[in-house]
Amino acid sequence: MAFVDDSKDDIVGTGGARVEDYFALLKPGVMSLVVFTAVIGLMLAPGAIDPVVAVIAVLCIAVGAGGSGALNMWYDADIDGIMSRTRNRPIPSGRMTRGEALAVGLICSGFSVATLGLATNWVAAGLLAFTIFFYAVIYTMWLKRSTPQNIVIGGAAGAFPPMIGWAAVTGDITIASAVLFLIIFLWTPPHFWALALYKQGDYAAAGIPMLPNVKGEPATKLQILLYSIVLVGSSLIPVAIGMSGWIYGVVAAATGASFLYLAWGVYRARDQLTMRKIARHLFLYSLSYLFVIFLALFADHSAHLLGWL
Amino acid sequence: MSAPLVPQSEDDKRRRRRNSVALGLVLAALVAIFYVLTIVKMGPQLFTTRDL
Repeated sequence: MAFVDDSKDDIVGTGGARVEDYFALLKPGVMSLVVFTAVIGLMLAPGAIDPVVAVIAVLCIAVGAGGSGALNMWYDADIDGIMSRTRNRPIPSGRMTRGEALAVGLICSGFSVATLGLATNWVAAGLLAFTIFFYAVIYTMWLKRSTPQNIVIGGAAGAFPPMIGWAAVTGDITIASAVLFLIIFLWTPPHFWALALYKQGDYAAAGIPMLPNVKGEPATKLQILLYSIVLVGSSLIPVAIGMSGWIYGVVAAATGASFLYLAWGVYRARDQLTMRKIARHLFLYSLSYLFVIFLALFADHSAHLLGWL
Repeated sequence: MSAPLVPQSEDDKRRRRRNSVALGLVLAALVAIFYVLTIVKMGPQLFTTRDL
C-alpha cells in the first residue's frame, strides 16, 4: 500500500505523472455534475448572456471545481491511500507528489475565479471563490475529519454551482437560485450516507467520522429517511413559488416518490445484505434523481419560453 | 550544487513530451479564451471604423 510521506514529499521531482493523472486530479466525475447543474442554473436565469461568455463561464466553473478537487486530493492523500475507493488516485499511488497537486489546485482555482470575474461579473466570481474555499478549507481540512455532520455542512460546496451559473447571467442572488441551492444541499446527505452505509468499513479504516461509524446504522437510516422527506418536499418549492410548471411538478413528484420508497427500504431493511443492497441502489438512484429533476426544470422552463404551455 | 544527471528511459521521455504538449495546449487555450473574450466584450464597435 502506498502512503504519503511528508518528510520526503517534494524533494524529488515528478513521480511519473501522466496527463491522465492531472485530469484525474480534477475529479472529472464530480466536475460533470457541477457543470450540469451550473448549466441549468445559467439557463434558468432571467436575462441574456452572450453564448461565448456562457461557455467560458461554465468552463471557469468546471476548472474551479477541478481546482478544489485537486486541493482536496492534496490534503487528503494520507486517508486516500487507505480507502479502496481512493487508493488509486495519483498521489497515494505514488505517481504524483503532493506539491504538484497543490500547484495544480491553486493555479486552477486562481485562474478560474479571475477569468469568471472578467468574463461575467464579480458576484459570480466571488461565489466561485467562496465555493472553492468552502470545499477545500471548511469541508476538507476541518469538517471531514472532525464531525459526522461533515457532508451535511460540506454539501453546501456542491450546492453552489447552479447559483454561480445563475449569478453569471444576472449578477445577483435570488430566491429562485437559492431554491436550486437548497435542493442539492438537501440531496447531499442521503446520497453520501447511502454510500457510507455500504462502504463504512473503508471510512472507519481511514478514521473519517461518517455517520454510520459514529452514530450507528439505525441512526443513519433514520437520518436518510428524514432528509429524503425534506428533500422531496423542497423539490416541489419551484412549483409552489411559480418558478416551474406542471411538467417539472409531475417529474419531481414521481422521481421523489421513488426516492422515498428506496429511503424507506433502507430504513426497514433488517439484515446487512439487504440493507447494503438497497443502500447501494439508493446511492446510484440519487445520482440519476438529481440529473432528472434538473433536466425537468430546464424542460419546463424551455416549454414556457417556446410558448408550448 | 546541482543534482547529477540521470539518464532518462524512453518511457520517461515520451511521458515528458506528452505532458509538455498538454501544457502547451492548455496555455494556447487560455490565450484563445482571453482573445475571444476580449472581442466579445468589446462588441460590434470593434469592427466599425471611425473617421479621423
